[in-house]
Amino acid sequence: MKKTLTLAIAAASIAATYAWAEEPRSGGIINTVIQPEPPSIIAGLHQNAPTQTVSGNIYESLLRYDTDLNPMPQLAHDWTVSDDGLVYTFNLHEDATWHDGKPFTSADVVFSTDVYLREMNPRTRTILSHVESIEAPDDHTVVFTLKNPFGPFLLAFEAGTMPMMPKHIYEGTDFRDNEANNHPVGTGPFKFESWDRGRVIQLVKNEDYYEQGLPYLDGINWHVIPDASSRAIAYENGTVDVLPANSVENFDIPRLSELDNTCRTEQGHEYFSPFAMLWINNREGPMADKRFRQAVMYALDREFARDVLWNGLGKVPLSAFGSNASFQDDSLPPYDHNPERARELLDEMGYDGEEVRLLPIPYGETWVRWAEAVKQNLQEVGINIRTQATDVGGWNQRLAEWDYDLAFTYLFQYGDPALGISRTYISSNIAKGSPWNNVEGYENERVDELFDLAATAYPDDKREEYYHEVQGILHDEVPVGWLLELGFPTIYSCDVKNLVTTGIGLNDGFKNAWLDR
Amino acid sequence: MLYARLIIMRLLKAVIVLFLIVIFNFFLIQMAPGDPAAVMAGEAGATDPEFLRQLREQFGLDQPLYVQLWRYISGIATLDFGYSYRQQMPVFDLIMDRMPATLLLTGTAFVMSLGLGILAGSMAAARAKKLSGSVIMALALVFYATPLFWVALMSVVLFSVQLDWLPAYGFASVGTGYTGFALALDIGKHLILPATTLALFFMAIYTRMTRTSMLEASQQDYVKTARSKGLASGVIQRRHILRNALLPIITLAGLQAGQMVGGAILTETVFAWPGIGRLMFEALMQRDYNLLLGIFFFSAALVILFNIITDLVYGLVDPRIKEAS
Repeated sequence: MKKTLTLAIAAASIAATYAWAEEPRSGGIINTVIQPEPPSIIAGLHQNAPTQTVSGNIYESLLRYDTDLNPMPQLAHDWTVSDDGLVYTFNLHEDATWHDGKPFTSADVVFSTDVYLREMNPRTRTILSHVESIEAPDDHTVVFTLKNPFGPFLLAFEAGTMPMMPKHIYEGTDFRDNEANNHPVGTGPFKFESWDRGRVIQLVKNEDYYEQGLPYLDGINWHVIPDASSRAIAYENGTVDVLPANSVENFDIPRLSELDNTCRTEQGHEYFSPFAMLWINNREGPMADKRFRQAVMYALDREFARDVLWNGLGKVPLSAFGSNASFQDDSLPPYDHNPERARELLDEMGYDGEEVRLLPIPYGETWVRWAEAVKQNLQEVGINIRTQATDVGGWNQRLAEWDYDLAFTYLFQYGDPALGISRTYISSNIAKGSPWNNVEGYENERVDELFDLAATAYPDDKREEYYHEVQGILHDEVPVGWLLELGFPTIYSCDVKNLVTTGIGLNDGFKNAWLDR
Repeated sequence: MLYARLIIMRLLKAVIVLFLIVIFNFFLIQMAPGDPAAVMAGEAGATDPEFLRQLREQFGLDQPLYVQLWRYISGIATLDFGYSYRQQMPVFDLIMDRMPATLLLTGTAFVMSLGLGILAGSMAAARAKKLSGSVIMALALVFYATPLFWVALMSVVLFSVQLDWLPAYGFASVGTGYTGFALALDIGKHLILPATTLALFFMAIYTRMTRTSMLEASQQDYVKTARSKGLASGVIQRRHILRNALLPIITLAGLQAGQMVGGAILTETVFAWPGIGRLMFEALMQRDYNLLLGIFFFSAALVILFNIITDLVYGLVDPRIKEAS
């Protein structure tokens, strides 16, 4: 009895020591996985998710964002915006350096934004079309002057959208074919060490990082493990400490979350806010009738999909604007699961049972099952559905060529309607060749006009007025089906502290992380 | 002399076959929907016509098909297999980079399945009427019928997760700095599960085939003669029965050997083994034309090469064939 008590006291005091030990400690290497293996880890060169995840620790932008998407200092330690919303001035860290030792200056910022990214990144190119001039009055100041106010401009300085690329390496070269692309040089907290193709990408601590004391970790290893269940096993047997969002199948998540010493967070995706949608080809057949599209919305049991397929994570959206996007109008009536109403609408429009093709997104088991559920929902209200199977290349092709009736997709919202939402609905964005623009072929002059006005209105309460009106129209016309605002959990060993601290999650999270072992 | 001419003829034919394969493959992958630029732009989550145009121009996809084909063939003629824009590396380097891992895996599995298969098969033939023979055959049937990926996953669950004896995935431990013997040992540990998984299926086939073939040979007159001469039964088994039973096994081994360079997509994927099979599967998904064609080329060349080798081995095992040709 006495012995047990002593043990209990000992255990309690150990626990107490640990509770106090929240002071970050340096050292240790984190093992995690990257899926799929990225084509490169140069931030400016490729925009796909795995490239961004790794390169976000090597490259930086002027700002980063907290989980409420407020800007935080990064390479710029402070910044000002003029009263008319046209002039943005950034003051840069004076002792920031590139990994090859060269100083980071305003000339790099001007080169990266005005030259490199304008050529290389289609999304950044669109944002920069609002910029009149980019100037560097001295080595540590950069001034962006806009042609017109652009509400979300401050949200554009994220490492994946506006990464700073070294001028001394890239100026005057072919950016895509530069030797240096095999050896990234950034300003970030971690430096490139090695990349063993098909096996592992290793980054090591940047000892000369300009933020004192950071990073805490000695390095990060991204293991390349192509099979989802093997990734789950790698976490289970402890060879991997962190499973980033999307790296295991959803049905494994509850099991993994219950393992000893395992933590889980859904934070870290606020900037991206992945939004699952159903493309509806507005050009043809029954889909051209708004009542058909409304019927689809009433037919879908989105709560079921969230609770069963997505482990209850995520939110059922009201309409085009997600809950993390600014200016959401939450007074709109939700499209509840109402098969009766769906059937009424289909009768009213005189739907004659014409076959409708459904194209699932080939991103793993969850999506396949989701397509099954959607198919059942739609069949229940009398829609004649045929599912088509394809791989990623085929899926891309069909969407880009508009060869589909209904198709799954998910899109990032980037925190502001002008960055991530308007692109789906404005008619100037209808063009074959891309699976990410206005693929559904929706055209409405008033919607075009409102999105246009809202993007350049200043200040924010004027933007809100326009955005509320546009949401009302979209909610009624249902250009696309709004399925789910996805919740992507990151599963990690509780020994890893401070892992997700920003709205960009793991893409810049290891900077502040430390290991309690 | 005659033999040398035969080999030269075979090699000449091989070159023509290879050339036809290259052309056929070139058109075959053009038929898959999408192209590398579209897949890459698709992954970016944002794109505009300008971006696609830049990529297609860089990849040379803006040229007419016959120009692309001509460029490819003239490249191959000078052993230039092109550049994988997806992986940012020359195709030849990529393939050579993955070749050792694949050869180690498929080679080990080959030796293992052939050796153990013939051994188990001869034992089963010698003990055809005993319980031990039936047990061997039952096991062979089980391994023959079980899907590879299931064996792979279950062996990981048992040996890595439950027992913690062997690593679950990968080629070698990361960040250990091992060299020399320690590194070889580490790789060896990583090799056991994938190689065994891959070997089991072929081992089962060799076992079944050896047994049948040996039982058949043992009914032949020369075996009776050998017995009546009073030879020891072990000698009869090895020298007279097994040797004559080997021909169909060699045919199969030739086929398996030819596939070695193609890697093993399933095994490599489940065990995260950095080999050619995975590279090929990813290249297919990403429509990485140059890389895919490069891998097809090497696999085809190897299949042809092993066909020739198999024919030569026939001659060694059975001199009658050599004389006939």
